[in-house]
This record gives sequence, C-alpha cells and structure tokens, in this order.
Amino acid sequence: MGVDRKTVDRIAELARLEFNEAEKEEITNDMNKMLDFVDKLSEVNTDGVEPLVYMLDESTPLRPDVVKQEISQKEALKNAPQKDSDFIKVPKVIERN
Amino acid sequence: MKNYQCLKEIQADIQSGQISCKTLVLNYIEKIEENSGLNIFLEVFKDEALESAQKIDQKIKAGNAGKLAGMVISLKDNICYKGHKVSASSKIIEGFESLFSATVVERLIQEDAIIIGRTNCDEFAMGSSNENSAFGIVKNPISSNKVPGGSSGGSAASVAAGMCLASLGSDTGGSIRQPASFCGNIGLKPTYGRVSRHGLIAYASSFDQIGTFANSIEDTAALLEIMSGPDEYDSTLSQKKPNSYTDDIVQEVSSKKIAYLSCYVNHEGLNPEVKEKTLAIIENLKQKGHQVDEINFDYLEQLVPAYYVLTTAEASSNLARYDGVHFGYRSPQAFDLLSTYVKSRSEGFGKEVKRRIMLGTYVLSAGYYDAYYSKAQKIRRLIKERTQEILKDYDFVLSPTTPHPAFDIGSQNEDPIKMYLEDIFTVQANLVGLPAISLPLGITKEKLPFGIQLMGSPFEEGKLLNFSQYLININ
Repeated sequence: MGVDRKTVDRIAELARLEFNEAEKEEITNDMNKMLDFVDKLSEVNTDGVEPLVYMLDESTPLRPDVVKQEISQKEALKNAPQKDSDFIKVPKVIERN
Repeated sequence: MKNYQCLKEIQADIQSGQISCKTLVLNYIEKIEENSGLNIFLEVFKDEALESAQKIDQKIKAGNAGKLAGMVISLKDNICYKGHKVSASSKIIEGFESLFSATVVERLIQEDAIIIGRTNCDEFAMGSSNENSAFGIVKNPISSNKVPGGSSGGSAASVAAGMCLASLGSDTGGSIRQPASFCGNIGLKPTYGRVSRHGLIAYASSFDQIGTFANSIEDTAALLEIMSGPDEYDSTLSQKKPNSYTDDIVQEVSSKKIAYLSCYVNHEGLNPEVKEKTLAIIENLKQKGHQVDEINFDYLEQLVPAYYVLTTAEASSNLARYDGVHFGYRSPQAFDLLSTYVKSRSEGFGKEVKRRIMLGTYVLSAGYYDAYYSKAQKIRRLIKERTQEILKDYDFVLSPTTPHPAFDIGSQNEDPIKMYLEDIFTVQANLVGLPAISLPLGITKEKLPFGIQLMGSPFEEGKLLNFSQYLININ
C-alpha cells in the first residue's frame, strides 16, 4: 500500500497540519518509505492472536472519584498564549449574522 | 574538584569537610559554563540550586539530611518541575512553565537531591541523535564531532561531561540506553509500570518510562528505589511494593543462565569491535561458570516496524493537545478556530515530529487501522510471548546496546529509516515492558565508548542491578 498526494492531504487535514508543495512532496516520499519499512509486519501470520493493548498484568487500581481543586484560575491562565484577567482569548469562532 | 563517580564518595567528602554541597554545585556550574558550546543544558537553575545546596548543607550539619544529600541531578527537558520551564525541546511549548512537579522530581527533592537544570533532547523525545531539537544539536563531550545519541542526549552528555552526578531521562524505544552507550555511562530503563510517568510529557504512553543516567550501579539503585512505587496520579503503575534496590546489590552472584539472541549478535550492521567485545563478554561469563546460550528469535525484522506503527499512533493522539488554544505557541496568522490549530501546529512542530504524527494518523485512520495498527498490536503480543518464554528459561538476555559507537553529527540525517534502525536492539524491552540497562563496558580503538545491554524479567530490577555490578566487576 502506498500513499499519494490526495491521501497525504487527507491525513494532514485529520492531523491538523499543513505542508507547502515542497514539504508535501517530501512527506509523501517519507511516508512511502516508512510504509514500505513497516510492511514487514504483514509477513507474520497473526490469525487468532489478540491485539496487546494494556501492558500491565495487574488490573488498574481504582480510587474514589473526589472533586479536587488542584490549580487556581490564575495558574490556569499563566501559560495561555492570549488572555485577559479572567479568560483565555481565542480568535473569533462564531460569525455574526 | 575531584571527578566524583558516586554519591558515597561525595557524602564521605562532605562528612570529612573536604567539600560542601554549595562548592559542589559551584563546580558543576563552572563545568557547564566552560562547556556551553556542547549545548547540553537548555537552562541552568543556578541561583536556586545554590540556595538548595546551602539549605542542604545546614541539614547535613544538623544530621537530618535526606538520602540523596550531595546528589546533583539534571532533568531531561520533558520532565516537569513546578515553577520551571519545560519545553520537550519544541518551539510549540517554548516558554511553558510547569504548574506541578513530576512525581519522580518530588520524590528526589524530598530526599534532598539538587536539580541543577534541564537538558536538551530530541523534540518530544523523537530521535536517536539529539539532532531533532528545536534548540540546536548536542555535541558528544567525549568527541565533539559525534552525536551524544538520543533522545535523552543532553542528559547522557551532562553526566559524561561531569556537569552533574546523575540525570533523569525517558526511554520509549532506547532513548536512555542508546545515549548512555554513546556517552559511556549507565542507563537504566525500568519495567513499564515501575516508575510514575506523572509529569513526563507523553510521547507514546504504552512505551514511555522514566529512568536514570549515572556512573555507578549504586547510584542507579538508590535513584530507582526512591522513584519507584505506586502514585495516585498514574493508574498504569504496578501496585507491587518496590524493593530496597540498594540492598539488592550484594556483590555475590550465583551461577546464572544468560541468553543472547543470534540475530542480534550476527546482525549485519553490527560494528566488528562491538561484536568482538560482546563475544568476549559471553566467553568470560562461560569461563566463570555461567550458562550462556545462543537463542533464536524470529521477530527481529518486525521489532522496529511494530515499534514505529504503535509509537507514532500513540504520538499522534498524545500530541493532539498542542493546538494553540490553552497554552504554548499560537501562530500570529491564526484568524479562526481551524487556522489556530493548523497554523500553530504546523509552525510549532519540527519536521520529525510532523513526520511521526502523519504516519500515526495514517495507521489509525479508517481503512488502514487493521492492516497496520491492529496488526502491530498483535505482533506486539507475539513478541511479548516469545520474550517471556525466553525469560522463563533464562535470567537475562545480553546484547550490545547499539550496533555501533557514536556516529558523526549529520551523517545519518538523509534517510529516516536508517536513523530508526539505531534502536534495533533496544526497542524489544519497550515493546514487552521489560527492565533493561546499558553498561559502559566497551571502548573502541578510537576511544569511543559503547554499551552492553542486559534485559531482565519484569519488576526484577534488583537482580538486574546486582548482576550488572558483577558484570562491571569482572570486566
């Protein structure tokens, strides 16, 4: 299986990335190399094998679901790229009718 | 200052009044500043480290200092430390200041370790040469035209250059052991689920583990002992109580059974000097009465491909959070919701990170999920089962850590696949979740170090460390 420009465009859209023409050519090329490389996986028969999803043999421990206030509003705003005194600011996302 | 190799030496010299924590920190800072051209540290916490040193000196005098008093540590730039910047060597979170400390950092500070700064690494821990950092490459302190390895290259280099006694890194496919091999120190990746990942910037969550760089097994054990164990902020941790790993180093070793994989030792890309040394170690162990057998392993060619499919998939999901909204970089060109995401991510992430996000998104997308992602998870199970089978019969699996010593800066950048194959001997431990260690046992004619890797059974770090000490002693 190989990828073409159209697939790369679609994947970039899903990944919320964009590439210029030169980059697009390079990433298409790289992805095809990578897919050729991982094609080694298809050589192994995995009929009846369950996918390995969880790494630990133990089950996940549970704790009571308690509401905790771990950071303050001031702290939450600290790393925001744009903010005012109370909110994180973003570009306008709703158009006025 | 003496070139201290372990904490015990430092603590003895502090006790006898030959050195104080403050002088120690000043000396390390001097070393860092003298060698700033190696680009190892992204930031040195100078004033703060000195302040802590003075406090700890007081505590030592008062007789109530913690176990790690006198240990100066650097942190890979993907481990959070409250009130300090952390960037995963990426422009996308440049300037980000952590609101909390990683559990491991908290535990080390509790025992009076001093954090001296944060070290350069490959962006989001993706790389094997430290050439993928947004803040420049790191040079290997042993030979400055060579790479230090990656992704925890700055951490390994900081210990090798005597800029601190130990360092924390993270290992997703070899990111601790490979740079430890290239820089000549001891790099430990603990069992998956042994050490809390809370406060580690995620790359591939079912692979990532925090581990250590040090010059002695003793210090490696002491750090692991303090960092290990349950943490309510990481639900993937084992609830098993960790050992007192320092007590596990007993210097005595009964006759062991050791396996080595024929496909590793006979690998075509293996450097002859590395091969020769590996075989010499095997011979030495046999002569000392241990059983060492050559074992077949059928999945060599699937190891790195399975690793890349699964880690890129997990990365594409983990890195979705960097969207330019709540924190980190936002593109000045953002004018609506979609452009905030797309422009910020495209301008903020580096090339290798984007490459991996793209592959990960592809293998998870409709139509390809079964052929790649699900297939790789099945093969991961087969690799795990086969490896467990080997470890049922053998105490350890021995191999070279890396196919060769450190390579020249810029020499492997052309082809991403070539760089990915750097991890050929190390990814198995991450695919299976096993503990593995790189020991600095080799040195080439050109005076470049290289490591020998030991892989053990899950949660048997005590045995692994004890045997590591033995292997160092007999070499």
